[in-house]
Parts: sequence; structure tokens; C-alpha cells
Amino acid sequence: MLIYLARRVLVLLVTLLVASLAIFVVLEILPGDAALLILGIEAQDDTLAALRTQMGLDRPAALRYLAWIGGLVSGTTGISHTYDVPVSQLIGERLTLTVPLALIALFLSTLIAIPLGMFAATRRGRPGDYGVMGFSQIGMAIPNFWFAILSILIFAVALGWFPASGFPGWDAGIGAALWALVLPAFSLALPEAAILARVTRTSVLDTLGADYVRTARAKGLAPRRVLWSHVLRNALIPMITIIGLQFSFLLAGSIVIEVVFALPGVGRLIFQAVSQRDLVVLRDVILLLVALVVVVNFLVDVATTAIDPRTRRGA
Amino acid sequence: MSVMVNSTQPGRLSGLLRHPNFVIGAVLTGLLVLAALVSLVWTPHAFDAVAITQRMQGPSAAHWLGTDHFGRDIATRLMIGARNSIMVGVVAVTIGLVAGVGLGLVAAARGGWVDDLVARGADVVFAFPAIVSAILITAIYGPGAVNAIIAIGIFNVPVFARVARGAARQAWGQEYARAGLAIGKSHAAVTRDHILPNIAPVLIVQATIQFAVAILAEAALAYLGLGTQPPAPSWGRMLFDAQTFMALDPKLAILPGLAIAFAVLGLNLLGDGLRDVLDPRLRTERVG
Repeated sequence: MLIYLARRVLVLLVTLLVASLAIFVVLEILPGDAALLILGIEAQDDTLAALRTQMGLDRPAALRYLAWIGGLVSGTTGISHTYDVPVSQLIGERLTLTVPLALIALFLSTLIAIPLGMFAATRRGRPGDYGVMGFSQIGMAIPNFWFAILSILIFAVALGWFPASGFPGWDAGIGAALWALVLPAFSLALPEAAILARVTRTSVLDTLGADYVRTARAKGLAPRRVLWSHVLRNALIPMITIIGLQFSFLLAGSIVIEVVFALPGVGRLIFQAVSQRDLVVLRDVILLLVALVVVVNFLVDVATTAIDPRTRRGA
Repeated sequence: MSVMVNSTQPGRLSGLLRHPNFVIGAVLTGLLVLAALVSLVWTPHAFDAVAITQRMQGPSAAHWLGTDHFGRDIATRLMIGARNSIMVGVVAVTIGLVAGVGLGLVAAARGGWVDDLVARGADVVFAFPAIVSAILITAIYGPGAVNAIIAIGIFNVPVFARVARGAARQAWGQEYARAGLAIGKSHAAVTRDHILPNIAPVLIVQATIQFAVAILAEAALAYLGLGTQPPAPSWGRMLFDAQTFMALDPKLAILPGLAIAFAVLGLNLLGDGLRDVLDPRLRTERVG
């Protein structure tokens, strides 16, 4: 297990390194002159020169890359030229919205999907099963931002139950803040729940046919108990893999959803950084997103291996 | 059903026709393609014909689905949006198929460090969700349909590379592959003559699903203003415009979303049906 862990950590670090190189090449080498890209061709020569010095563009690319990564490791980030504050501060403020939003959505999706998937599996080929699978097909086909727009139309504009956009901040009280996140979290959760319900159903069906399930039934355990403790535990591995994958889709999805609801999160920060060509912000936020995806996948791998040692051989 | 699978082509076809998911999926996808094809030669109106006096009208004989906030014909714009979505899907899936399947086949045939390199490379690219790689490309080259398609295509490469590699590795373990090598065929020849035809069903099913994923991704990018640029109609951008006026006219926010949902639903059902009939044992990843 220790060797396995060491190997996985090494792969994780190499993946992050390659990803950071890719981001650096795309954002700082491909454009040629990043300062010109940021300021546009109408910029004054002295403004350009000042920005080049501020960004360190007069230094060789390899040095700039090392300075960027070295800075991140030691905890100092660049200064955003549109906001004029350190990028770490910008990201830190916005993470307090995006991370809770993604976690709530993940929780909702799991809460909806697992009972639905198990319900469908135990009623295979009957109307309940078709109903759940139909819901799942429709859920997968609905773009999350369209669902978001429709939910604004119905629950904010027509009924007035929820705010149509914006976030009052956690200072306004947990209740008010959470209330503003209800519609965004549901919009993020729906397509993921639709996928997870299918995976749960398939996974439970695969397990229901196993010998140990028949044994558990034969020795007289209540069907409900067999389902929840024997079947669900063994069906968990593919489900955890998908839930892990979904976390990265939720983060990516939050870019669109935060724009729909005008929420001040990391996703909207990326969007604004692109519109304002704030490359200093962009490279850090994108690396952060990629790092989150890679780390969550790593945790999922480790978790599934811990649950089921059989998967270790295939690693 | 298993008899159908192993029988000849006509048997397979009747198997498909008895599969409700496949039939619904084929009809929806057919309608999508039809709308796109017809829009090439005829649309009810010009897609950019502005008529402010006739803005936000309900359905009528002149405007089947009504008009938008500029008085433009919604049915026309949805038809051209279908064309736009299909083009994005075809190009993005082709990029993924050609590059991804090529890499996956080479990885499975060569094994060793080549295989490791492809697998790890796919992991790295996979860490960039489609929308994030699109944002990276847009930041440098500016927003536009072509850049969006390239970004979605790049996202598709590791998906196909993984699926092709996994299926091809399985195929290489079969006797016919080893027999091919034994009679003196090269790895490339065995790949071409035996491996590729054998994994084709998996690839077809995955391509259908990635087509749907591409349509969803393009719609999201267009919504953000990073995809197809106005005045060219795209479903995603229509939804963005609708957000301002939907309190006055809800159909602006409903119709383009329905178009996306039906297109994606059709392709997903088509993929489901194809998978069940081509090979019931197949499992494909659905990522997006």
C-alpha cells in the first residue's frame, strides 16, 4: 500500500507539473508578447514597457516559469493588473463561495441519485425503473444553465421565492446566504444526479446477482438490510469513481452557473479574467481548477483502493 | 436479443427497430439533421431580418414560433442553430476520433513506455474540462466558433484515446490477434485488419455520446459569449439574450433550451440503442 501511495503521489506531482507547463506555454509563450495582448495594440509604448517590467517579461521564459511556480510553492502570487491586489487574495475570497456551492451540489446530487438508482434497480423492468431511467435521460439532456434560467423564471420571477441573482455574502447570515445558493446548487446538481442515478442502478444490479448476496438472503436477512449493507457497500466503488469525476464537472459547471446567477465565485473570476485579459489571474485560477481536479481524482483512486484491494493490481 | 446480435445485417436492423430508445433517438436525431439540411437551402425568413415593430410576437402563420426581442423569426434562428450545433459536433468528434483513436491504438499495439506515455498524457489533458481549455484558447486567440470547436475537440482526444486503448488491449488478448502476428503480419496490419474492426462498435457508441457532449459544451460556451458570435444564431447565445427579456416573453427562454435538450436526448438515446444492439456487454464512459 505504501509503495502504491508513493507511486500515485509521484504521478500526481508530475501531472501537475506538466499541466502548469501547458498553461504557461499557452498563456505566456504562444501570444508572443503578453503585455501587448493584455493592453491591446492601441497601448502607449511606455505603458507597455511598464507592464512588461511588472510582469517580468524582460526575463527569459524559463526563469519566469520557475518564478511563477516558486512563488506558488512559497505562497506568493502575482498582482492582478485589473484589481491591483494579489491573486491569492482574489481567489481566496471567491473560494468561500465556489467550494460550498460545489459541495452542496455534490451532496444534493448524491442525495437524489442513490435512492433513485437503488429504487430503479430493485424494480428492474417495471414502471418504477422506466420512470427513473426516463428522468435520468431527460436530466442528462438538459443543459445546467438552461435549467438555471428556467428556475429563475419560475421561482424568482414568477413566484418570487428566491433571489434571481447575486449573493448577499456570508456576513448577511448563513440563512440568507444559503437561500441564495439553492437555485444555483440545484442547477449544478441535476445533470450530475441524472448520471449518478444510472451508475448506481447498474452497479447495484451487478452486485444483486453476486453469490454473497444470495447467501445473505438465504440465511434469512431482511431484504432491506441486504440491500443497504451488503449490496450498497459493494456497489460503492464505481459510484465513488463517478462522484469524484463529477466534482470536476461541478467546478467546470460553476463557471457557467456563476455567470447565470451573477455569483462572485471562482468561476466568474475566470470569466472576468478572460474578458479583461488578466493573464496573471487566469494562469493561477486555471492551475487551481486543474489541481483540484487532479487531487480529487487522486483521492478517489486511493479511496477505491482502500475499499477494495482488488483494484490495486490494475493500477 | 442475443440471437439478433450474432446474426447478419438485416437481423441486426430489425433488432434496432424493436429497440424503443433507438427508435426515439433516431427520430429526434433525424429531425435535427433535417432542420439543419433544410436551413441550407430554405428558411422561413432571413435569420438577421430585424423588425422592431414586430418584436416578441407569439406564434403566427408568418412566424411559426414567434419573434425575438429584435423581431427576428425564432424558427429560422433555431434551424440555423441546429446547423451550427451539428457542425460543432461533427468537427469536434472527428478531431477526437482521429487523434484519440490513433493514440489509443498505437498505445495498445506497442505497450511499454509508449502505452504509459499515452495513458499519463490522457490524464493530464483530462484534467482540463472542455470549458476550461476553451477559456484558455479564447484568452489568447479571442472568442469564436472555430476556437470553441478546437477546444471541444481537444477535450475529446483523451476520451477516445482511453476508450480505444482499453478496448484494443482487450482485443490484443484474443486469439485472432496473436494468430495474426503468428502468420507474420505486422502490429500495424493486425491493428488495421482485426483490432480496429473489432473495437469499431465501442467507438461508434462513444462518438454518438461525445456528439451530445459537444453540443452541450458549445451551447455553454456560446452562452458565455466564447463560442459562436452574434449575429450568427446559436442556441446557447439565444438563451443568453433571452435572460434579459424572459419576464416579458418566456418563450424566448424556453424554445432554444428545448432545442438543445431534444438534440442531446436524441443522440444519447441513439447511443444507448446502438450499444445494446451492437454489443450488450459494452460499457462506455459518459463524460462531459
